Amino acid sequence: MHSTPTAFKAQAKAALADPVIRQNFRGAMDFLRGKRQGVFPEQAEFKALQACAETIKQQALDDLPQLLELLEQNCTRNGIQVHWAESAQEANEIIDGLIDQHDGTQVVKGKSMATEEIELNDYLGARGKDCIETDMGEYIVQLAGEHPSHIIMPAIHKNAEEIGQLFHEKVAGVDYTTDVDTLINIGRTQLRERFMAADIGITGVNFAVAETGTLCLVENEGNGRMVSTVPSVHIAVSGIEKVIASLQDTPPLLSLLTRSATGQIITTYFNMISGPRGYGEAERDGPKEVHLVLIDNGRTQAYADEQFRKTLSCIRCGACMNHCPVYTRIGGHAYGTVYPGPIGQIISPHLLGLEQTNDLPTASSLCGACEEVCPVNIPIPNLLQRLRRQSNLGREASTGIRGAGSARSGLEALVWKSWRWACCRPWAYGVVTRVVALARPLLGLVKTPWNKGRATPRPAPKTLNQLLKHRATGSNRTGGAHGNH
Amino acid sequence: MSLEVKLYPSKPEKVYLYGTCLVNSFSPETGLDAIALLEAEGLEVLYPEGQTCCGQPAYNAGYADEALKVAQSQMALFPGDWPIVILSGSCGGMMRKHYRELAPEDDQVAAFARRIFEFSEFLVHCLQVQLVDRGEPESVTLHTSCSGRRELGIHDTGVALLSQLSRVDLVEHAYATECCGFGGTFSVKQADISSAMVADKGQHLNDTGCRRYVSTDWGCMLNINGHLEYAQRDLRGLHLASYLRERTKLEGAE
Repeated sequence: MHSTPTAFKAQAKAALADPVIRQNFRGAMDFLRGKRQGVFPEQAEFKALQACAETIKQQALDDLPQLLELLEQNCTRNGIQVHWAESAQEANEIIDGLIDQHDGTQVVKGKSMATEEIELNDYLGARGKDCIETDMGEYIVQLAGEHPSHIIMPAIHKNAEEIGQLFHEKVAGVDYTTDVDTLINIGRTQLRERFMAADIGITGVNFAVAETGTLCLVENEGNGRMVSTVPSVHIAVSGIEKVIASLQDTPPLLSLLTRSATGQIITTYFNMISGPRGYGEAERDGPKEVHLVLIDNGRTQAYADEQFRKTLSCIRCGACMNHCPVYTRIGGHAYGTVYPGPIGQIISPHLLGLEQTNDLPTASSLCGACEEVCPVNIPIPNLLQRLRRQSNLGREASTGIRGAGSARSGLEALVWKSWRWACCRPWAYGVVTRVVALARPLLGLVKTPWNKGRATPRPAPKTLNQLLKHRATGSNRTGGAHGNH
Repeated sequence: MSLEVKLYPSKPEKVYLYGTCLVNSFSPETGLDAIALLEAEGLEVLYPEGQTCCGQPAYNAGYADEALKVAQSQMALFPGDWPIVILSGSCGGMMRKHYRELAPEDDQVAAFARRIFEFSEFLVHCLQVQLVDRGEPESVTLHTSCSGRRELGIHDTGVALLSQLSRVDLVEHAYATECCGFGGTFSVKQADISSAMVADKGQHLNDTGCRRYVSTDWGCMLNINGHLEYAQRDLRGLHLASYLRERTKLEGAE
């Protein structure tokens, strides 16, 4: 069940052959595209907001070290304890240690891709801690023993029949139903008790505001608010790139995030967490402790390169996957990475290194649909092209990307060198194209991966260059306007 | 995607034609048809010798150094200050957008890039052509390449030209903005995904009931036509230049 990026091609092939996956994703992506389209009726308005958000995120990234220090200062002042984790392992150790400090065994989680990234559930589970997902999609995925297939809609790969069957099998006393409201209520009832019994609540972070030390959390189900207020300890987990300079930056980012993700003008809940319950515990609710765990886990590698830095602008709206023709057909699990789709293809090589992820940059026709809808204008096709280049580098070329050159094929490099040689020598190019044209009856016999579902194209008997030889010098110039229209 | 505001020159006396490697080898008649249309507008069409490839295949495959060498060899073929009309949105995207990424500091490359015009874009914006339809009534559907649409922002110029044809009913196919799955080396390196994409595109085009579809990119058309032939469908694509010449019944460039 556990897919890996190294098996991408096999996983993609299996997904393509699965009619249920094909149908579930096509239907869901069409729905989400329609929703987004509905809240961005004017392209000009989107463009203006996009330019604003791009600037905010770019500026925040350019000032990243300073903003992170400021965030720590202001969080600390607010009573939020800040922890730094360089790797997934370190982050897990910190979180596990915090839970141990409070003798916690029952953990409830709000939806958080950062904790998926560090595989926190597995880590805590192995140490006897019961960690339950409370976002409905995440709950379904956890119940099924799977991983999210979409960063916003974790269970989007499942239809109502599959969820009905899952609840019937895994939740005691539940009859099979495909009624969505009934299914949601079953989940809600199960989770209600877990909120009340939990020692620790863990959430992600959408924006961490440096100027005020505020953690912003965007959600629809209210589970994020429950997780961050009911248990006595709240641990927020965030990638370092989530920091933004000031509160003023949140309205445009929030507006773009919710509209791009689910086509909502605003989500049902927007939590702004500015510390534990009031000093001296005069306040009666809210957690007694709030912790922020800031994770690097490969992000500074992307940060160090001016072009790759743009990868970190992502606000995790998922619009790129919703509009991607590849993701729409193979679904999220085929990628074998926590972050699937176009954003996953450009962030995973930094998190995991290129050795494991070499197939991902190649899995794009560079159609640009992702870039077109990206709310922060990340040039995803350019970054994919750059990653391909990094994959192919020779040993002599130095680069800061882990695993660079690991996909280098001597044969492929030779093919492109020969191609260049011929393309820079028109006489040689002419010979090659004329030979190919002469060999046209034989070309159908050669079978390549192209022939999966496609006939081999047949060259014309004479090339345009042959037909128009000497045209530029005028020696064979054909007549001007004959017809008139 | 931020597109620069494109300024269009008024109608020049001469233009260069860049045929592209696919037109050169697979559909030279597209080049001849384009020349006939341009000449009918009173332009002198220059076709410099030595045209090979714009360099896009290597650029997209991650071999930027190889692509740059080829790009330099091609740019040298166009010394005059005339516009360069190119018979493909995707090669147009390469020459207008990506050449500058290959050589960001080079002003000459930037100047070259500004002279690049995709064929339908040039007909609409620089020549303001007025077409007279002399064909039989028929329905046709248009596939616009992703590069044409998103790198050049010319998703409307093909429509504008076809809409001038009084006896042609332009039908939009489902998922018209979605990629056909070609993507250069993508079609070979990720052949399973690519062929699933083109199978859907073929289906959507075929569902229009049109006998033919029109495109301005032979990359997409080799892919789509290859699939249609494999799937034993009657539908075929042809280049916009050939279609316009056929409809207007122009004689010309052979």
